[in-house]
Amino acid sequence: MTRPEIRGVILDILENIAPDEDLTDLNDSDPFREQMELDSMDFLDIVMELRKRYRVQIPEEDYPNLNTMNGTVDYLEPKLADTPV
Amino acid sequence: MAGPASQYDVLIIGAGLSGLAAGIRLAHYEKRVAILERHTTIGGLNSFYQLRGRRHDVGLHAVTNFRPPTLKPLGPLAKLLRQLRISWDEFDLAPQCGSRVVMPGASLRFTNDFDRLQSDVAERFPDQIDGFKQLDAAAMSADTFDESREFQPSRERVRSLITNPLLEDLLFAPVLFYGSPTPHDCDWRQFAILWRALYREGFGRPRDGVKPILKTLTKRYKALGGDLWLRHGVQAIRSNGGKTVGVTLDDGTEIDAPHILSSAGLPQTAAMAGDAADLPTDPGPLSFVESISVLDRPASELGYDDTVTFYSTRDPRAGDRFRYANPEDPCDLTSGIACSPDNYQYFEASGGPHDEGCLRLTVLANPEYWANLEPDVYTREKARWHAAALDAGRDFDVLPDVTGAQASHVLDTDVFTPKTITRFTGHPNGAVYGSATKIRDGRTGLDGLHVIGTDQGYLGIVGAMLSGVSIANRLLT
Repeated sequence: MTRPEIRGVILDILENIAPDEDLTDLNDSDPFREQMELDSMDFLDIVMELRKRYRVQIPEEDYPNLNTMNGTVDYLEPKLADTPV
Repeated sequence: MAGPASQYDVLIIGAGLSGLAAGIRLAHYEKRVAILERHTTIGGLNSFYQLRGRRHDVGLHAVTNFRPPTLKPLGPLAKLLRQLRISWDEFDLAPQCGSRVVMPGASLRFTNDFDRLQSDVAERFPDQIDGFKQLDAAAMSADTFDESREFQPSRERVRSLITNPLLEDLLFAPVLFYGSPTPHDCDWRQFAILWRALYREGFGRPRDGVKPILKTLTKRYKALGGDLWLRHGVQAIRSNGGKTVGVTLDDGTEIDAPHILSSAGLPQTAAMAGDAADLPTDPGPLSFVESISVLDRPASELGYDDTVTFYSTRDPRAGDRFRYANPEDPCDLTSGIACSPDNYQYFEASGGPHDEGCLRLTVLANPEYWANLEPDVYTREKARWHAAALDAGRDFDVLPDVTGAQASHVLDTDVFTPKTITRFTGHPNGAVYGSATKIRDGRTGLDGLHVIGTDQGYLGIVGAMLSGVSIANRLLT
């Protein structure tokens, strides 16, 4: 997956978890939580959706990498390099 | 498929709201999961039934926590629906018209707009409004997820802020009636949950009652590959060396699973799992008699406009306090909850207002009395106490005269008692709010056995679903 594809995947997961949020103006360098209402249950859902869809294991100590869209894409890029969309 | 598989990742005992919600989460994340339900239908304490051509809800008066997802911060129902991947619109919740709590000397209105209640309090109890605001702040900031098992009384906290006994009773009555398993009081965490659910967020209801909610959940669960087995009662939870290994069904079939979620209540779960589960077995003392009067026109045309009316005829100003306890009489006629499913603002797109009307009345009842009557006496006593409760509500001016002048508008009546509740849910004493002891962390003495539902201590149908989701999430992470 390329960086734009990974970004698309994350947007799809966010839309799936929080269909009531408008994501069109999402700023990739600001934390998700400052731009939408995302509690710890929702955050875990992102991790679990990634595990379900692409078998990516994300250990708890790496969660801070997932605070922003840019951080998430940076973190996932090497892990999903060989994974098709 | 002819029957359950011999092995699952997780077994869920009970197809009520907590079991279905847990099942959805587990199946969504690819667990092999089966729900085992002894009864012939889904829903548990919040089921529905068909009687003489009409469908009635067993327990649902209102869906609490009415706070649409357009309002931020999100309320618990909107958060829960995210977890279930169900959209707000699928439950088709119409907002209430308005509810009241009535006692001699004062009544308070509460709607889905908290300011209405606050202004009623300010107007009728001007010297109490500061305390009321502080109580609201305390309830809004309480840690409702604190999992300690110790009972945390609410009365003293409330009394430190509300010094007028009438206002204290007015604020306590809806909270106790809609969820306390404890006589006269309620755990502070539950008080806070109910304060938010009833006063801050308010009531809604799908036009067709609980059935569309249950159908939505079941459809979603099955679409995710979850198994649902009705008429499959569990007689025993099997364990080995302190760890659950599976269940034995009523017919002797064994199913293996490392994790079991039981929504059967603490006494029944203890009976299935044995001493190793180390669970309290008090069945909970509080139960109700509830009657349903089907009307030939909407209840508002007979003069009943409230969505829900909580009332007590006792006068706290004279020291006669609202009584929330197991009565010595078969029913306590000094208080009750009236409601009409007609009094919601139903959307035209969902079918608009109901053609027929309905009036429900719920009063505290003595479970022992109702459990031990001969069949013919039981039928007679149901009719007698049902009429007496309606008359008491009418005499207190909260109900129309459906036993007298307006009796010709009543098309049908059904009454259920603690005995009925026990028969259909397995809960001893007909204890609708379960044990007084709650297991908030869901843990038992057995590894792999978790408690969900009423006895985990969340409340109402939203609480039931949240309970299932929160314990399922623990298994998933």
